Amino acid sequence: MKELALMKGNEAIAEAAIRAGVDGYFGYPITPQSEVMEYLTLQKPEERTGMIVLQAESEVASINMLYGAAGTGKKVMTSSSSPGISLMQEGISYIAGAELPCLIVNVVRGGPGLGTIQPSQADYFQSTKGGGHGDYHLIVLAPASVQEMADFVDLAFELAFKYRNPALILSDGLIGQMMEKVELPPQKKRVTEFDQSWVITGKHHGRERNIITSLNLDPDKQYEHNLKLKAKYESMEQDVMFEKIECDDADFLLVAYGSSARICQKTVDLARGRGKKVGLLRPQTLFPFPTAEIARMAKKVKGMMAVELSSGQMVEDVKLAVNGTVPVYHYGMVGGKIHSPDDVLHAMEEKYIGGY
Amino acid sequence: MELKEIIKPENLVYRRTPLLTDATLSYCPGCGHGTIHRLIMEVVEEMGIQEDTIGIAPVGCSVLAYDFMDIDCSQAAHGRAPALATGIKRLWPDKYVFTYQGDGDLAAIGTGETIHACNRGENITIFFVNNGIYGMTGGQMAPTTLDGMKSSTSPYGRNSKTMGPPYKITEMIARLEGTYYVTRQSVHKPGPVRKAKKAIRTAFEVQKEKKGLSFIEFVSNCNSGWKMTPNESNIWMEENMFPFYPMGDIKVEGKLLEG
Amino acid sequence: MAKAKGAIEVDVERCKGCEVCMVNCPTDVIEMAGEVNGKGYHYAYMKYPEYCTGCTNCAVVCPDGVITVYRVKQNKSIEV
Repeated sequence: MKELALMKGNEAIAEAAIRAGVDGYFGYPITPQSEVMEYLTLQKPEERTGMIVLQAESEVASINMLYGAAGTGKKVMTSSSSPGISLMQEGISYIAGAELPCLIVNVVRGGPGLGTIQPSQADYFQSTKGGGHGDYHLIVLAPASVQEMADFVDLAFELAFKYRNPALILSDGLIGQMMEKVELPPQKKRVTEFDQSWVITGKHHGRERNIITSLNLDPDKQYEHNLKLKAKYESMEQDVMFEKIECDDADFLLVAYGSSARICQKTVDLARGRGKKVGLLRPQTLFPFPTAEIARMAKKVKGMMAVELSSGQMVEDVKLAVNGTVPVYHYGMVGGKIHSPDDVLHAMEEKYIGGY
Repeated sequence: MELKEIIKPENLVYRRTPLLTDATLSYCPGCGHGTIHRLIMEVVEEMGIQEDTIGIAPVGCSVLAYDFMDIDCSQAAHGRAPALATGIKRLWPDKYVFTYQGDGDLAAIGTGETIHACNRGENITIFFVNNGIYGMTGGQMAPTTLDGMKSSTSPYGRNSKTMGPPYKITEMIARLEGTYYVTRQSVHKPGPVRKAKKAIRTAFEVQKEKKGLSFIEFVSNCNSGWKMTPNESNIWMEENMFPFYPMGDIKVEGKLLEG
Repeated sequence: MAKAKGAIEVDVERCKGCEVCMVNCPTDVIEMAGEVNGKGYHYAYMKYPEYCTGCTNCAVVCPDGVITVYRVKQNKSIEV
């Protein structure tokens, strides 16, 4: 029996968190994602599953509460929006360096600085190229629907624990606020067994003490550690996810994620209606990025356009994947404004050389 | 007497200070922020210091304070206003520098900056508007939300056991050597408004005489967040907030008033 | 003994109808109008202007600073 609901993206994240057996949520209000914590407190998850929800004094405190709890092997998460995520960067770097699993949700708003509360996709660099200091990467999932907001919570934790790495759901204000039908995931039990090889729950008999740290003063040790991390990030390639829409016979490819991809779906329809063979590749993981697939598509199409609500961030990864073989353009509204399917179509027609 | 006999320029006894801009305030009807903005600008006008005053706006309902006050302003990241004020005042010691902050800004995320600016005794004025809620983001719990008080993240009432009780940061910073004048005021009735204005004047005089940090907490209403009418919210505030956050001077001329 | 006689002017378009002035008037001069302004608020006005003393309580407590107050001194006796 399917359990259906009509909810906001933000609410779906919260409901999915309870159902994924998340142990703890530590967060701070910020528009446009405050509904996540509001929904959680209203649900009384301490009665539903024993999940702890705590409003912290700031995002810096939140991410450090996550860092502490993640070290004990519990499933913990937070949510915030761009300026708050910036505050979390130090903590995220620590969590990545210490190789701990956790989930951070970023419902992106326009920036930089205090910016606006309208949606944006201008945190791509921050999410995929670091954001915090050091050689690390986050697993980055990009939902494009309320359903994916719900589904990606459990998936994020699966991947986070598989790789012992922090995961990020990179959403935006549009997906966070819109309401759609969602099939709710089943309730998972909260985990009761913890991997004693690394968790700090108390030094049991028969095992060495565990230390959670990202400090390695001995350069040889830090070198080994960094190589290990690098290999880990490379192995994440096996978990890349993307969706292809009308790509089989496409001779021009749009690359877009999240709400921009929803808009581009309509652009594909409009273009096809005018006889243009346009396809859409929608990355669902931004790290690992579908580099191999884009490189493969570059052999079949005459050009690509990265469509993102920013002045051009993901386009760089598309260019790297394409490696100069075909032209790669960028189009995207900035400042919190949203491009329309027609805007994208016109940009495509205008920019594509070869008379599209 | 005919109205036209009374309403003459020579009979003017009160008008809105021209140091408030023409912009319509973006605050909800009945919100104390408007009154407090007006009092600060009245004092700046009376002291003739418009050209030497710099305000720092927070993140919160009063993020747009700079749209309403006709003085130079900066907009600070959430909680960081005292740090900005420090940077400015250290390099421009003869200017009048004030921060204008809400309860989340000053007592949640900004606790560190608040305490250290107070401890260093920066020669600035901190205006702290405490309405026990996060208005701008939709009515979430604040560090000053009362026990049992409902908010969007304490929908069943604040549970001090699991969420921590509300705390009085004003009394805390009053115990730091660097604070010179610390007081708690309100602006919900004419009497308190006039007292509050005197307090603001005192604070700016403290800056003028370079005596240390002056700190005024305004216990104020948030009828939208509390889901009441403005007048209901002022009554509720008197009955519930004032017993926990008592009115009056806490530290004067560098000395704590015991009691 | 001097008797004051006062009057207020309300900036009708700026008033948000919050009613805080109304409850703080010591002589109950102010009521909210039946009509609304351009923003849809019932604005404040002097229903009983004859009782206004020009005390400025209303103006001083108004969050939006929409009230201007006038006051005239009546029948002032002069000491010889």
